[in-house]
Amino acid sequence: MNKEAKIEQRHLESHKSTALPAGAAAPDFSLKSTPDQTVSLGEFRGQPVVLAFYPADWSPVCGDQMSLYNEMLAEFHELGADFLGISVDGAWCHAAFSRDRKLHFPLLADFEPKGAVARLYGVYREADGTTERALFVINAKGVIHWSYVSPVGVNPGADGILSALEELQNRQEVK
Amino acid sequence: MKRETSSIPPNALTLPVAKRDHIQGPIDAPIMLVEYGDYECPYCGEAYPIIKAIQERLGDRLCFAFRNFPLVNSHPHAQHAAEAAEAAGAQGKFWEMHDLLFENQEALDDEDIAEYASTLGLDVRRLIDEVLAGAHTARVREDFRSGARGGVNGTPTLFINGVRHEGGPDALLAALIERGL
Repeated sequence: MNKEAKIEQRHLESHKSTALPAGAAAPDFSLKSTPDQTVSLGEFRGQPVVLAFYPADWSPVCGDQMSLYNEMLAEFHELGADFLGISVDGAWCHAAFSRDRKLHFPLLADFEPKGAVARLYGVYREADGTTERALFVINAKGVIHWSYVSPVGVNPGADGILSALEELQNRQEVK
Repeated sequence: MKRETSSIPPNALTLPVAKRDHIQGPIDAPIMLVEYGDYECPYCGEAYPIIKAIQERLGDRLCFAFRNFPLVNSHPHAQHAAEAAEAAGAQGKFWEMHDLLFENQEALDDEDIAEYASTLGLDVRRLIDEVLAGAHTARVREDFRSGARGGVNGTPTLFINGVRHEGGPDALLAALIERGL
């Protein structure tokens, strides 16, 4: 590799967010939500859906983040949206985590091939083998309306999601 | 209109402290401390004596407000505890109940709450009826929503003069001093 290519590569590596931006079509997928059930993004066509990638079950910040969204589900539903959590953990791990935290939304297992869906959305962390802490709000037509990548150690909270969902709702009312 | 991957709005208090709030200290004090808390959260329990000590130290220079942020899936008693404090507030004893709940975090079921109401000389029947009827549910939810819109991602979250405090409660006094308050 010549010098310029190396600089270019370093630039690409340091240019952090490769997450799919607003306006991009949300890639469809089908993943296990429990050991014997699968969830496809296509099932949610016709309504907004929130896709929350998080690095791992059980790690403290994720726990807080998912617990927060669990408490916010009523607000998401009021805004017409469904909510999906997604990480590279397997379905059995998700089942235990979900039971422990009493989560009322599906956790999808981006487990085999590992991180395939995260790669499609541009939020796989090659070096860590986990996903970014990334949020996508997808509109009723399956287009990404808003996306956000948080520093891995920082809980991004619910505010950005709520604002994006409110925008979608207002837009619908205007029509 | 298409937008780029955008930033999360700043973590600032979305609902200014007002008459709706339970406050201790003068509302026009130079330091306004707002806590979003959960009576069953152990970290809020740890923050409780720290905040008390800061209140004693700063006296009238500090106004402290408490808002509810119960994580009800993690803490099965948190919602009733929050509503019980509000119900005690309706009888003029919010802070007395707030303190008792934090001082007895291990005993927060409905019978315990009734006992605390009795200890405080409240109309126990009225308090329990209000809690069971959900008379203060909307108020607690309003607190919760205002927090979720303002960067409260867990408990306790503290705001100093409207700006989220990023350290733990241990670092609170240092943060106040550092900011010249």
